[in-house]
Amino acid sequence: MSALTIIGEVLVLLGTFFYFLSALGLIRMPDVYNRMQTSTKSATLGSLGVFVGVGIWALGTDYGSIAWLTKTVVIAVFLLLTNPISAHALIRAAYKSGIPLWEGSVVDKYKEHLEAEAKTEEGGEE
Amino acid sequence: MGEASRISRYLYTVIVLFAIWLFLTASLDPQELGFGLLLSLIVGAFTYEIFTTNGLANLHPKRIAYAIAYIPYFLWAMIMANLDVAYRVLHPKRPINPGIVECRTVLKSDVGKLSLANSITLTPGTITLDVKGDRYFIHWIDVKDDSIEGASKNITEPFEKFLKVIFG
Repeated sequence: MSALTIIGEVLVLLGTFFYFLSALGLIRMPDVYNRMQTSTKSATLGSLGVFVGVGIWALGTDYGSIAWLTKTVVIAVFLLLTNPISAHALIRAAYKSGIPLWEGSVVDKYKEHLEAEAKTEEGGEE
Repeated sequence: MGEASRISRYLYTVIVLFAIWLFLTASLDPQELGFGLLLSLIVGAFTYEIFTTNGLANLHPKRIAYAIAYIPYFLWAMIMANLDVAYRVLHPKRPINPGIVECRTVLKSDVGKLSLANSITLTPGTITLDVKGDRYFIHWIDVKDDSIEGASKNITEPFEKFLKVIFG
């Protein structure tokens, strides 16, 4: 049991904890926008922790090699770059398909912007 | 910044592809390196036109230094974001105060705007809903200030000082 193994195990444990928070956020949040908030962030950091943790964990074992760490780092970077884009696409599609915000929401600038834009377009056609 | 020459863009694409190959194989065997270089040259020839507009100018030392400094800064912001989420999810009263606010950015390039949008999505309580020109529409889980200036100061400005140098 080397220091690297322990670091890896701790990282994987933290990652799974954030996975758990992500799933819990899906249950506790009131609407689709707030669910996206909690699930995206926690799932991304949880995956980072698990991937990098597995890479470091493998360094501490006798069958592991540096190849594990480089591959998991590539996967982690890929996930870090693509996960927010998918979240953005999902939340934008949710808004465009007319899902209302939670009644506790305080401000909706995007609706004002869309209404202003529709108004100028009508004005241009006349 | 204008477009770089085709050669410079092609070389930059090949360098990035080859770096990814190096990480994926994790081996310095000359056969692997040679085949990786060959594949990078071929794939680069097909894709360099859509991959980059700045070419080798992306490898300016100042930009690389800022990019490296940005990594721990961003990871720290991400960990803070997750502790924030943990607090909101586990707190029995569920302290959220959501809304959609508007921000302005000073970034010019498309890649810069993309990375700013990604950074916003992964940091405390904010998620990018739409980007139009220099206007960002952001779903904020805890709205403190719904004016354009106030929201920009809270959300975009911490990242812009890095991303302005990295992507222009």
